Amino acid sequence: MSGFNYEDLGLKVGLELHFQLATSYKLFCRCPAALSEGEAKLKFERRLRPTQSELGEVDPAALFEFRKGLTIVYEADDNSSCLVELDEEPPHAINEEAVDIALTIALMLNAKPVDEIHVMRKVVIDGSNTTGFQRTCVVALGGWTDIDGKRIGIQSICLEEDAARILERSGDKVYYRLDRLGIPLVEVSTSPDIRSPEEAGMVALAIGRIVLSTGRVKGELGSIRQDINISIREGALVEVKGVQHLSLIPKVVENEVERQVRLLELREELRRRGLSKDSIDPTFYDVTDVFRKTGCRILAKAIGNGGVIYALKLPGFRGLLSWRLNEGLRFGTELADYAIFWGRLGGIFHTDELPGYGITDREVEELRRTVGAYEQDAVIIAAGPKENVEDGLKAVLDRILVAFDGVPEETRRAEPTGITRYMRPRPGAARMYPETDIPILVVDPARVERLKSNLPELPSIRVKRYIEEYGLSRKLAEELVNSIYENLFKEVCRSFPSLPASVVASTLTETMTMLKRRGVNIDRIPSDRLYDLFRSIAEGRLFKEAIPDILAYIAGSGASITEAIEELKLKPLTSEELSAIVSDEVSRSRSLIERHGLNAAKMILGSIMKKYRGRVDTSILAKIIEDEIRRIIG
Amino acid sequence: MSESIDLQGYKGRARELLLSAGVRVGDEVRIIRDGIIYEGVLAPRVEYGGDEYIVIKLRSGYNIGIRVTSGDVKVEKLPARREVRYKPPTIPEAKADLPRIAILGTGGTIASRVDYRTGAVTPIFSADDLYGFTPELADIARIDVETIFNIFSEDMTPRHWSTIASKIGEYVESGVKGVVVTHGTDTMGYTAAALSFALRNLPVPVVLVGAQRSPDRPSSDAALNLLGAATAAAKAPFAEVVVAMHRGLSDDEIVFHRGTRVRKCHTSRRDAFKSVNGDPIAVYNSCEIRMLVEDYRRRGGIEGFKIEADFEDKVTLVKFYPGFDPSIIDWYVDRGYRGIIIEGTGLGHVSNRCIPSIKRAIDSGVFVGMTSQCIWGRVNMNVYRTGRELQAIGVVPLEDMLPETALVKLMWVLARASSMDEARSLMLTNIAGEISVRTSFRWYT
Repeated sequence: MSGFNYEDLGLKVGLELHFQLATSYKLFCRCPAALSEGEAKLKFERRLRPTQSELGEVDPAALFEFRKGLTIVYEADDNSSCLVELDEEPPHAINEEAVDIALTIALMLNAKPVDEIHVMRKVVIDGSNTTGFQRTCVVALGGWTDIDGKRIGIQSICLEEDAARILERSGDKVYYRLDRLGIPLVEVSTSPDIRSPEEAGMVALAIGRIVLSTGRVKGELGSIRQDINISIREGALVEVKGVQHLSLIPKVVENEVERQVRLLELREELRRRGLSKDSIDPTFYDVTDVFRKTGCRILAKAIGNGGVIYALKLPGFRGLLSWRLNEGLRFGTELADYAIFWGRLGGIFHTDELPGYGITDREVEELRRTVGAYEQDAVIIAAGPKENVEDGLKAVLDRILVAFDGVPEETRRAEPTGITRYMRPRPGAARMYPETDIPILVVDPARVERLKSNLPELPSIRVKRYIEEYGLSRKLAEELVNSIYENLFKEVCRSFPSLPASVVASTLTETMTMLKRRGVNIDRIPSDRLYDLFRSIAEGRLFKEAIPDILAYIAGSGASITEAIEELKLKPLTSEELSAIVSDEVSRSRSLIERHGLNAAKMILGSIMKKYRGRVDTSILAKIIEDEIRRIIG
Repeated sequence: MSESIDLQGYKGRARELLLSAGVRVGDEVRIIRDGIIYEGVLAPRVEYGGDEYIVIKLRSGYNIGIRVTSGDVKVEKLPARREVRYKPPTIPEAKADLPRIAILGTGGTIASRVDYRTGAVTPIFSADDLYGFTPELADIARIDVETIFNIFSEDMTPRHWSTIASKIGEYVESGVKGVVVTHGTDTMGYTAAALSFALRNLPVPVVLVGAQRSPDRPSSDAALNLLGAATAAAKAPFAEVVVAMHRGLSDDEIVFHRGTRVRKCHTSRRDAFKSVNGDPIAVYNSCEIRMLVEDYRRRGGIEGFKIEADFEDKVTLVKFYPGFDPSIIDWYVDRGYRGIIIEGTGLGHVSNRCIPSIKRAIDSGVFVGMTSQCIWGRVNMNVYRTGRELQAIGVVPLEDMLPETALVKLMWVLARASSMDEARSLMLTNIAGEISVRTSFRWYT
């Protein structure tokens, strides 16, 4: 599928990258900026009303949710939430520490701070904000960053409050926990300058590195939440939300391009078949009676609960419902997602996949007969309470009509597999109005100057410095800059100058990655333990060869370095022990030495290392062996 | 539109630049400062903002402030992109078989609307606005909407109470099933008390309602409060003046507090209003009104209904505190005040040092009544010597009346009593549920 020529397709991608800030308290109150493990003692219910937009119109999805009686249940505990999160007290003044971090990020991305920061209310009515809006403000505009020789525009740097944590959604209730609400987030929005999936990944990585350099954001590189705006020529602007990991970005872009291309091909196929919007029969046929005695459990249950089964006839659509959009995503899946969202149904059945699911050949035949569908037609059925079925099928019908035009503008949700699923219609132009409860913040030029003169070094400069000052390879230096151990590296090198910097760097990057890949939980190795590890090596109590085993053991047991050395029997051999072992091995290899002379050293080294790996320094051992051989062959 | 409105809030250099470019609030504008270009819609300037900034709403919807007092600044007017107008929702058709009620606007948070384009908060109150945020109203009643005035509740005076009372009177006489009065929450309790005394032999419910969160927010409590209030006006069995607000943190129940017993007890919560020394009389839940007490005034006929809406202005409420200077009382007396309600400590006390000044007040014909700053409970001035001394010089213990209610009641009483004895007798007579003879254990938790 990556056979696409993205340039020809007119691919344009923009990123919205979010970083949670490591501040001591939240953005608009004094609650700690951290999730809570405390029990939720307080529960209360709210309803959010769609308010009029400037055009007197309301967000259709929001209005729909409200009409369907969506109730939001909030859970809170006293440690992580106060009346501000409950929307029972006006917000306090903005957290200046967060403003400083946001300005620092802005300056590192060459953006220009605004002169006055105005906090806005961005209407969000899904319940994730108790107020019904997210508080957000532009901190800087118009930046750029050079990535691999290409300049990528930065449209804006915003500072905003994180949303409440969704716990579950069932029926007409949605449950949120309030602890996360109000934690400061920085949003970096790029211009739509990105032209390929790989580039999208690279840009996200590069910006992530820069932001991480402040040392004031939470989590490690990659664990940031991102939204991606993707469009191709003749396709539509699709906003993909919640891409959970950096590494997923190229895949999500690839898949979305493929999905849009396939939808455009579907449009061609519809034309080729001579179909048009007028050929769609908008009738919902009641086919409940067809399935009175069905063996399909889903349908039987719906009927048993007093529900109905309605059918939608699609003349000439045979085969198109299984039209493939992505791996694991067919046109029928898209339609089902619409039915799920708008009708709160479990899904739909269609004739391209029937008989199946307990629905027999006879029932399909009867279904076709009842709605008057011919062989070349397709039929969709939906089951459930009458109102839900009607809402669901109406959404399906609308979506089918859009297929004649091409790709709909949508907000989609990224799945862990890298495909995207329908989430909701794209909201109109973001509706924002001033948060009048928060005073305007003047950005004093002196403040900007102070931050400017204290900017963290850019990753590219740090990489260069690590190569020059510590003699690291470029690869190692880059990996170090991407890691969370950069500061530890500097500390270790300062404390133990005798240790080769490359050993420290490779342990903190390559070795850790290797252990992680092997399933070792490296998050359980505290950084002071790593520091002790390097101290032990510097003091000759441990050889670097033993590092992987020691770390794996600590991650599993929580033991100290000394305990790990003891337990794994990785105590370095004393020079007496070593001499004895070497002379023993050499004397056993007489014939080898006679045949190969000094070249036998390698083989002898190998067989000793087999037994004593990690307890001996290889280069010292090699030297002792060579000396011993020389002594013998004189 | 006057020029001052065109450039809302702009002063000094910013205003000069905008005037010379011919830009008004709401126009598309381009500002170039030292080569950097900003484009958007000119937003109004808040009054307290400095005059060296121009605020624009960017195309992304965000507002930013641009400093125009330094560097090379140019302001240009751009051609209008599109005419954006607030389009009020269509008013749902009134259903002929529904009861008729009146909703009277007086201002406050509940009657504000945000202009999303500029961010200005406009105090508008019309039928359109009401239906805009609560279309369900059309299923409850046929509604007459009238704005009496549009003021913050802290600007309310006894004269405003009189106006509201006579306006309610007009509607009640025209046969409405109930009246809703929207009101700022800060002094809603005082107005509720005033109307409780002014509307004699009320035949229908009069429901005061406010909001703690403005209606422009999706989370506003205004809609549910208003639905509860309108439902009560249309079909509740009681005919009293009440305040309708959230019962708790959830958007489920609206509770109706008796007008003489209600107090705003929290600065910001939705459930800020509490009934003090009494029970709320009814609750609204899922479109239904349920009575919580037996003892309430039932709906009745119009006969006997009258309005006595005069209030004596020269009445004050004085809070005693340690170190209180008794000459404060002298000051009021010398200024011609006719009544003083004291918010004393505990069971109803003030320092002995105050006694000469209070005696002087009473001797010169000023009514002095005692309430307690404890808020909950009843005064009893027989327990301690100070209390007995205060009674001896003529201070009237006002039972379990709220200090604010006592103030309002005294204003009302002094406007009609012809003697001090009559005033004293009226103050101690329960007229609108403001005094109870028993103190229930339920009333304080």
